Amino acid sequence: MLLEEAGIPSVAVHTDVFAGVARATATANGIPRTRQAFVPQPVVDLSRAELRAYIEGNDPTSGRPFMREVIEALTCPLDADDLTGLSFDRSTPRLLAPDGEANLQRLFIENHWTDYLPIVLPTEERVAAMLKGTSHPPDEIVGRMRPTSFREFWEYTVEKVAVNAVMAGARPEYFPVILALAASGSTAKSSSTTSMTNMAVVNGPIRHEIGMNCGIGALGPYNHANVTIGRAYALLSQNLQGGSVPGETYMGTLGNGLAYSACFAENEEKSPWEPLHVEKGLPAGESAVSVFFGLRYVHEGYGPRETWQEKMRRCLSSGAHFPPLLVMDPIVARLFVERGMTTKERLIDWCAANARLPAREYWDDQWVQTLLRPLAVAGVEPYASRLKAAPDEIVQMFEPKEINLVVAGGGAQGAWKMFGARYERTISIDAWR
Amino acid sequence: MAELLTVHDPRGYPPRVVGKRLAQRPESLDGKALYLVDCLFDNSENFMRELADWFGKNLPSIRTRLIQPRQSWVDDADMRAKVAREGDGAILGVGL
Repeated sequence: MLLEEAGIPSVAVHTDVFAGVARATATANGIPRTRQAFVPQPVVDLSRAELRAYIEGNDPTSGRPFMREVIEALTCPLDADDLTGLSFDRSTPRLLAPDGEANLQRLFIENHWTDYLPIVLPTEERVAAMLKGTSHPPDEIVGRMRPTSFREFWEYTVEKVAVNAVMAGARPEYFPVILALAASGSTAKSSSTTSMTNMAVVNGPIRHEIGMNCGIGALGPYNHANVTIGRAYALLSQNLQGGSVPGETYMGTLGNGLAYSACFAENEEKSPWEPLHVEKGLPAGESAVSVFFGLRYVHEGYGPRETWQEKMRRCLSSGAHFPPLLVMDPIVARLFVERGMTTKERLIDWCAANARLPAREYWDDQWVQTLLRPLAVAGVEPYASRLKAAPDEIVQMFEPKEINLVVAGGGAQGAWKMFGARYERTISIDAWR
Repeated sequence: MAELLTVHDPRGYPPRVVGKRLAQRPESLDGKALYLVDCLFDNSENFMRELADWFGKNLPSIRTRLIQPRQSWVDDADMRAKVAREGDGAILGVGL
């Protein structure tokens, strides 16, 4: 689109499954008649001959020869609509037209404003009560969010965040946590085809003030604050960024059950290590929430037992190519300390040193090829060195700074989980009280 | 009759959409320089190489040039400036 603005006739080629997204994005960017041509999905893993067949075949969305579509896109004269483009306002109202509860519940579902579970309708009274959970004014801008890097940012106020917090069933005392999550600007409803979502980890005194669970069942649906804060984060992400609708603003091919709600508190009192928010530079007495992006895979284990190193190595190098977030029961943490991991850094360094693959396997991955190989080619380290490695040479998959460790759980079992999740940022909750 | 409720709209505030103009099209691409922009998705480079080959065989008067941005998912202003300075058209792909 930027090339068109620079005076260069352009045509963008997409695969047909992305036709809806491509057209919606063009409209949102004020260039709805941008020229597009489509080939079948997939392109990945096809041979040159198969790609050639796409080029010599038909555009599956129009049924016309693909190359005719391309040439015409670059040479056919523009008409009046092409020359003027399209400008319009898309402001959203503050309030909806009054209606009965059943009709409003149906309206919210039909408009894709829910997670398809019942919501608490955001009446004026309920939203006003939620707003009492913060000292910030309702019209203050909290942040902006978008489902992916090629979509436009939407903006939101304290009141808009409160609306979604009500819908999730949250209580006003949870509202500073929810505002901090909204202020992160990191969406829990990414449109990535890899079905990513976010996880929130809460630290500091607010965990106890609002009764969060960091013990038995911390990561599950066993605590009102944990669940409704996580759900509020998910709902606000989809509604404040402009949607999360399959085929339009969501393309996660498999979906992700953790997108309903993924929030828990660190068990700081039972952890032998530094709390997560302190590790990230905040004072121990401050309340904060840390956001992790991805949740692309989950491994689990017990112990550390005699063969823990072999088990951990297999999990770390399982081929998912997303940095690990380790969540450990306090029993596991203590046993690691007994094995010499007296700080988080020691265990993280061990993980980084042992997450390894032959270069051939490391580079034979769609994620790595698309996102990391260009960096390697541009000389960015450590990717450039990994690209120089011979096919059978062992390369390190992650840097220590990419790996994170949190203690949670109630000591019922020496269990740990490993989530494929990239650390985004830590936000002060106290700043949103 | 059911009680009428007034509720808030849960959506954020979208930016105003400002229309942008498409570039004027030439009558023909004969003798023109056409950039084939590999968006760096997995296998898109091979797609673009096949596309260049197709032009070479079927429309040899069009001069195709393969080009890549520095990163996927990121606008490369330098690459864009080069295409704008030296090109007469562009095919971008294979992207989302």
